[in-house]
Amino acid sequence: MLEVVDLECVRGDRRLFTNLSFSLSKGELLYLYGHNGSGKTTLMRAVCGLLHPTEGEIRWDGEPIRELSEEYTREVLYIGHKNGIKDDLTALENLRILSTLDGVHMTEEQAWDALERIGLRGFEDLPTTVLSQGQKRRVALARLLAHQAKLWILDEPFTALDRAAVELLQQVIREHLEQGGMAFLTTHQEVELTEGQVKRLQLGEGGQVSV
Amino acid sequence: MFETFLAIVRRDLILAMRRRSDVLTILFFFVIVVSLFPLGIGPEMNTLRLIAPGVVWVAALLASMLALERLFAIDYADGALEQMLLAPQPLSLLVLGKVTAHWLVTGLPVVLMAPVLGIQYDLSLDGLRVLVITLLLGTPALSLIGAIGAALTLGLRGGGVLVSLLVLPLTIPVLIFGAGAVEATVSGLGGEGHMSMLAAILVLSMFFAPLAAAAALRVSVE
Repeated sequence: MLEVVDLECVRGDRRLFTNLSFSLSKGELLYLYGHNGSGKTTLMRAVCGLLHPTEGEIRWDGEPIRELSEEYTREVLYIGHKNGIKDDLTALENLRILSTLDGVHMTEEQAWDALERIGLRGFEDLPTTVLSQGQKRRVALARLLAHQAKLWILDEPFTALDRAAVELLQQVIREHLEQGGMAFLTTHQEVELTEGQVKRLQLGEGGQVSV
Repeated sequence: MFETFLAIVRRDLILAMRRRSDVLTILFFFVIVVSLFPLGIGPEMNTLRLIAPGVVWVAALLASMLALERLFAIDYADGALEQMLLAPQPLSLLVLGKVTAHWLVTGLPVVLMAPVLGIQYDLSLDGLRVLVITLLLGTPALSLIGAIGAALTLGLRGGGVLVSLLVLPLTIPVLIFGAGAVEATVSGLGGEGHMSMLAAILVLSMFFAPLAAAAALRVSVE
């Protein structure tokens, strides 16, 4: 379970949010929204542990994430604006190296399967520099298929994806939630996933959580 | 854990092989700098023999500075560094992996090329042997120390020059003992003492530099 208590983040001279608290339990999705520059990415990076908040604390199962360090990063998967894939490597190499870094051993067969499922059949062996933006995004997202992390932090995961890929990604996230995972995502796109009974957090206007 | 270390080394080696021009630039820089001195000074063997250890070592030092800027910059730009920071592995181990790969593609060619260039300076066989050994001990230390500077200046404008300003003073001991060992051997004093010091510097920097660079990376990425 993830708990964020009285968080405050300051970038430059600007206070992005203050007294921000929320929690996320098994099987829950938190949808973060707000206008450009309201601090969504900053909040996500703080929750990942990439950025130290000015005030407040982030806890995982009751313990501060700074003390857990690697025990916490094992549970978290972050896909940000940057895909984190290497242009000179093939999709297959990228996926396998990223999963090794994540501490997941992925066989070549599993990697082929994951890439096929994400819709990159026929592109597995090409250097990603020749792929389109959407295809690169798919390579990065293929990690989700083989990852055992409980908390997925996805910053605008739907950008550059076509309609079929958006559908597929929503399906993957739903499956993850059904298996007791958690997801924390932002998107400016209208998707079914963020409608209905999900936790919502709006930044820029007080930062209150509503269900 | 060791698997991730190897994965990083292998990844960076593959990347270097797919962008060979970066690697060759460093090597050619080293070759040209070392070869310019005999041309500028003239074929006076005694003078050349005297300056050989210093010239080769300074050139190796500058070549290693030249390569530093790119050590983390590309990973930072494409987001791979973020993912390394979030990997459930000690970051210092990943840094050590990156530095190892970096040395294999930029340091090792310099070490291998050095004896060939040393012939231009009429160095004795013993001198050449010691030159290779000291470079073999010294250049990894240069890469390790340099990694701290590269991590600190990540994302800054004009980072390249700043790295050199930060790191060059720290590499002075390596330079002194490296060039000193060759000089001592050539003059018949024996360079074992110098080489032990170089080995000690290498061991120390292998332990501390990845930790310091990892801490610096966390600050730079924030």
